[in-house]
Amino acid sequence: MGKEPDFMIHGIVKYTLGGQELWLTDTVISMAIISLSLIVLGLAAKKTMKKASEVPAGFQNLLEAGVEMLEKMGTGIMGGRGRCFFNYVGSVFLILLFCNLSGLAGLRPPTADFGTALFFGIATFGLVQYQGIKNRGVRHFSSLFQPIPLLFPINLIGELTAPISLSLRLFANLLSGVIIMGLWYGIMPLWANIGIPAVLHGYCDLFSGCIQAYVFCMLTMVYLQDKME
Amino acid sequence: MNISGQEFIYGCSAIGAGLAMIAGIGPGIGQGIAAGHGASAVGRNPGAKGDITSTMLLGQAVAETTGLYGLVVAIILMFVKPFG
Repeated sequence: MGKEPDFMIHGIVKYTLGGQELWLTDTVISMAIISLSLIVLGLAAKKTMKKASEVPAGFQNLLEAGVEMLEKMGTGIMGGRGRCFFNYVGSVFLILLFCNLSGLAGLRPPTADFGTALFFGIATFGLVQYQGIKNRGVRHFSSLFQPIPLLFPINLIGELTAPISLSLRLFANLLSGVIIMGLWYGIMPLWANIGIPAVLHGYCDLFSGCIQAYVFCMLTMVYLQDKME
Repeated sequence: MNISGQEFIYGCSAIGAGLAMIAGIGPGIGQGIAAGHGASAVGRNPGAKGDITSTMLLGQAVAETTGLYGLVVAIILMFVKPFG
């Protein structure tokens, strides 16, 4: 007992840019570690697939199963035309999965910082709006006045809240996990920190993190599908 | 007992955070309904268990959003202290 519960974002390195005081937080550090591990994973995957064998084994098996799952999910929602979005959806899924699971490795999950979550929301929003204008032209804007022009404000709000709801869902789930784990480690006596946190990690990090990465990608594909016809 | 204005605001923020978490009722009921219908769907068609489970989890995660908004409001009131 006696320790204060700790689940805030910490600044690690301070620097100034144009008179503004800025911090390198542990979000940045975790994100750098995750990016590095993803790059290593990507290079390893490339090396494995270069000398791919007819009958997959080991790592190649895992890669092919992952791509197959993505294809099945993507064509199920978006149809054959959605094939060109698989690179975006797949990368977002991988990075969100690694971010959400990084709590297991002792890092503070970067997605428990609203800046990271909002970036993913805005990136998806930008892609969805761009696809809407590209595929539907003027109809993209005129559909806001459907079925009657009176509903324009509600339709507009419905479009604009998509990135906020996407990012808040991700952020709040991860933040609640971080807070529960921080409270448990902070205020529980020593005997409660043996074994029991594994169960909490299993729910807060593993289950919640995987579901949120999956839901983010599913919703991205649903939004994209909505703008394709 | 003497309470300064600052302490009064903090106390009211804590009460507000508690009230904001009443939002947890809605998603609880909604997720329960989704899980119940998922269970009955599996009972009727056990072969489609995988599809039913993934659809149910997606719907539940979306239904959870309103509760999470309440959670974010409560966390902001408790830790960011916008009024104090």
